[in-house]
Amino acid sequence: MSKLILTRRALLRASLASAAAFPLGGCEAFDFLKTRDNAMREFMIKMNSLTYKAQRLLLSADQLAPEFTQADIQQDMRANGSTEVDTDDYLELLDNNFSAYQLEVTGLVERPMRFTLDALKGLPSRTQITRHDCVEGWSCIAKWQGVPLQQILDQVGVKPEARFVVFHCFDAIEKGLSGEILYYESIDLVDARHPQTILAYAMNDKPLPVENGAPLRVRVERQLGYKMAKYIKRIEVISDYSQIGEGRGSYWADRGYEWFAGI
Amino acid sequence: MSTSNGRLIKRQKLATRITHWVWAICLFFLLLTGLQIFNAHPALYIGDQSGFGFENAVLELEGFPSWMTIPSTQDLATGRVIHFFFAWILVVTLFVWLVASLRNRHLRKDLIPTAKDAKNFMPDVRDHLKLNLVHTVRYSPLQKLAYGGVLFVLFPLIILTGLCMSPGMNAVLPWLPEIFGGRQTARTVHFIVMALLVGFFVVHMAMIVLAGPANEIRSIITGRYRITAKSNKDAKNV
Repeated sequence: MSKLILTRRALLRASLASAAAFPLGGCEAFDFLKTRDNAMREFMIKMNSLTYKAQRLLLSADQLAPEFTQADIQQDMRANGSTEVDTDDYLELLDNNFSAYQLEVTGLVERPMRFTLDALKGLPSRTQITRHDCVEGWSCIAKWQGVPLQQILDQVGVKPEARFVVFHCFDAIEKGLSGEILYYESIDLVDARHPQTILAYAMNDKPLPVENGAPLRVRVERQLGYKMAKYIKRIEVISDYSQIGEGRGSYWADRGYEWFAGI
Repeated sequence: MSTSNGRLIKRQKLATRITHWVWAICLFFLLLTGLQIFNAHPALYIGDQSGFGFENAVLELEGFPSWMTIPSTQDLATGRVIHFFFAWILVVTLFVWLVASLRNRHLRKDLIPTAKDAKNFMPDVRDHLKLNLVHTVRYSPLQKLAYGGVLFVLFPLIILTGLCMSPGMNAVLPWLPEIFGGRQTARTVHFIVMALLVGFFVVHMAMIVLAGPANEIRSIITGRYRITAKSNKDAKNV
């Protein structure tokens, strides 16, 4: 009997070893999928658009992301991505506590407009306690207050051919040889008109801190954190995003992430 | 244990064999890209959120080594592209398998435990401990438990906890993460189920080696399987 157990252990060890050896040769073998224009990668990305289609099918336009209670706010909102901005125009605004800040709304709209922070704060607001899910895997609950983007879109009048809303930001997320790349992000009009999609100027009952995107950041509660652009400078309404950045609609989408981050 | 004198039977249906190998490929990629995704934030928590200002972590690692991840270097974006691609295939294949197995009676004849399985359970455990592995037409009680556990418990659990991590699906099914105790607990369960599937794989490989690899592998490729001579009586009953 004891002899049998030893044999069994040896066999288990052997199969464990072979199980471990299997991926050893496997992993670098699939590194070709890292290449942005690889045909197999493009095929996978195309198939993954099923996720966008499935969620648009399952989600009615107004279906809300879960909201939480005051008791669920157990910690400061974690800040990541850009947490400070050193572009000149931003620093000047910051010096005067954003009193000179004007949100610019342009593109496929009937009436391009500018909104000061006070003007935005004067509009009817929405307050929501929601969970922020980062693409990295962590979650953090905070309270957000701001103007529903829908109201802004109604004021400027969206043209019929419009399909996306682009957020152009102050923060230079990348400083490469080709110069600074300012953060940009876009969402479709379904998300832009969603009741929980707000331009937030307050967080946890205080003015939005710089590290969380002051003076204005967007909340897109049915998608991951990277969609929720911080330090918004200008909003542009467009019909397709092939002319924005490298053509995939957002800073992170241009770097291999999904444009639709509902997953 | 000799199987050389037994009858060669048609054991595995085409649908069973195809779905088996599709899953094998899916799980290989899902595991290694899953470890890549985990490495982006190698900690697990209990509850709705991750404790940065308070303590609710249940596991904090340095991250898995690069030879265990696809791609081999830190690349969350590519890991996610591959992970979701194979996740879709896994789910679609599970659905195809379910329909096919209801129609070809694989479910009822091979997987659903019967009163006889309950009676034979302890003898089967003893046989396995003694490595007295008889090759019968039908799965033994322990095999039913293992395969049924993967197909009806672990697969649904890993799919549901995966959906819990999708903010879009959270809006569709707000109650789903709460069943598991919050999004971060669901992420932890997703990880645990992954470990159980790896455990299943290790035992599955060991059993193939112990039960006679040529016969076992042939049965899941061509469908043909040589049963133990003395179990011919059982075979006649089918």
